[in-house]
Amino acid sequence: MHWQQHCVFNNLDLTLPSGQWTSILGQSGVGKSSLLQLLCGIADEADIRGTIHCSDGRPLQGRVAWMAQQDLLLPWLSVLDNVLLGARLQAGKVTKEQIEQARYLLSQVELADRASDRPAQLSGGQRQRVALARTLFQDQPLVCMDEPFSALDAITRLKLQDLAAELLADRTVLMITHDPLEALRLSDRIQVLQGRPARLSETLEPDGAAPRAIDNAEVLQHQARLLKLLAEEAA
Amino acid sequence: MMRLLRALIIAFGLLLSWQLVVWLTEAPRFILPGPLLVLETLCNQFPLLMRHAGVTLAEILLGLLLGTLLGLASALSLATWGGLRRWLLPVLVVSQAIPVFALAPVLMLWLGYGMASKVAMATLIIYFPVTAACFDGLRQTPSGYLQLARTLGAGRRAQLLQVRLPAALPAFGSGLRVAASVAPIGAVVGEWVGSSTGLGYLMLNANARMQVDLMFAALLVLAVMALALYFSVNLIARRLTPWLDESTSSATRGYTP
Repeated sequence: MHWQQHCVFNNLDLTLPSGQWTSILGQSGVGKSSLLQLLCGIADEADIRGTIHCSDGRPLQGRVAWMAQQDLLLPWLSVLDNVLLGARLQAGKVTKEQIEQARYLLSQVELADRASDRPAQLSGGQRQRVALARTLFQDQPLVCMDEPFSALDAITRLKLQDLAAELLADRTVLMITHDPLEALRLSDRIQVLQGRPARLSETLEPDGAAPRAIDNAEVLQHQARLLKLLAEEAA
Repeated sequence: MMRLLRALIIAFGLLLSWQLVVWLTEAPRFILPGPLLVLETLCNQFPLLMRHAGVTLAEILLGLLLGTLLGLASALSLATWGGLRRWLLPVLVVSQAIPVFALAPVLMLWLGYGMASKVAMATLIIYFPVTAACFDGLRQTPSGYLQLARTLGAGRRAQLLQVRLPAALPAFGSGLRVAASVAPIGAVVGEWVGSSTGLGYLMLNANARMQVDLMFAALLVLAVMALALYFSVNLIARRLTPWLDESTSSATRGYTP
């Protein structure tokens, strides 16, 4: 894949086992977001050569739910309509079942009573929870998340990680992040993307079920190792 | 309450200085009439003023409607078709070098002395600001919204109508406000160049007959009309974008379950 005449990565081989949460760690500018946008089919300015295989043999195009660092809630729509956005954009109208489903998802992210508010009336954490509900509403086989919690304060981030781990359990998730702790708390598999052109490291598979506690000894040990690895890269 | 009081004091102060100038210079009434005389003329000639004001208002409103619709349609076409944009946008920009006022006599020649030429003037004068504002708004949709819309499976039509158009509404509102403040100029200039009705005609006519008090009364009616128009359009523009008011006040509102 090339972006503005500059090689981002070459011979990159990434496998996402279904039903598992894979995280890719890397510094800013290493090409994490490009990789994710490529999977989502929105990497317009990139020159891409490569193939994507899905286990069910169907193309991946149009079957990815994308959650970005910004919540990207449309300010003129209510919270409920933002969750329903996919249905509104595809069919132009929504069915009763879809509204019920959206309300159920809002109750899961504990925002059922804010359904008719506009995004501007919510806090940053609440807005990102609405974005999570919107992502869940899409119900796609692959969920791609691009540093979804990095714009939040530490406590809100931990709470949202727990919520995401609970709601996205059993789904195939690819998360991009620069925070080793976040990756270690949530993922089944972790890979580090580094170098220029970028390469993927071997896979790290932490034990135990997500979300792991922040004071888990193994999590802390891995965090130190991953931080050291990323720091070496920066030097 | 304080704002109303302040406005009243300012208005009173201005009227007082006007009267003072009249007293001090002892200007004859056909050069500078005092505010009381203008008010008297306004009351005496009220039916006449209203008849002409009605014509001017109709011209302004029709021009505003046509100009806005044409501007909106042009902006949408420019934003949708890249070919059209490359060919037409330079023409549009260059056309703004021609002063619209200079076209007034020609419009009179083509469309006659009636309302049509004035409506055309008002339309022409607001067409470009509305087009430019809408087009800029449509072009500056945050790229994240569009990327999200695409991952949600939105076609080009849905992207334009449901994402880019609402995102452009604040810019469209600014275009409308500019249009509302310049549309009266277009209509009145059109009436000056040639007409037999309307406030512009009345002012020119009164001036020529040294009825300066009637000229001022017509000016006053025109000013009130323009202000009312601006505030109504401002209200409509704010109704179109209710989320803008909320985002500015949400910081002080806090959470209410």
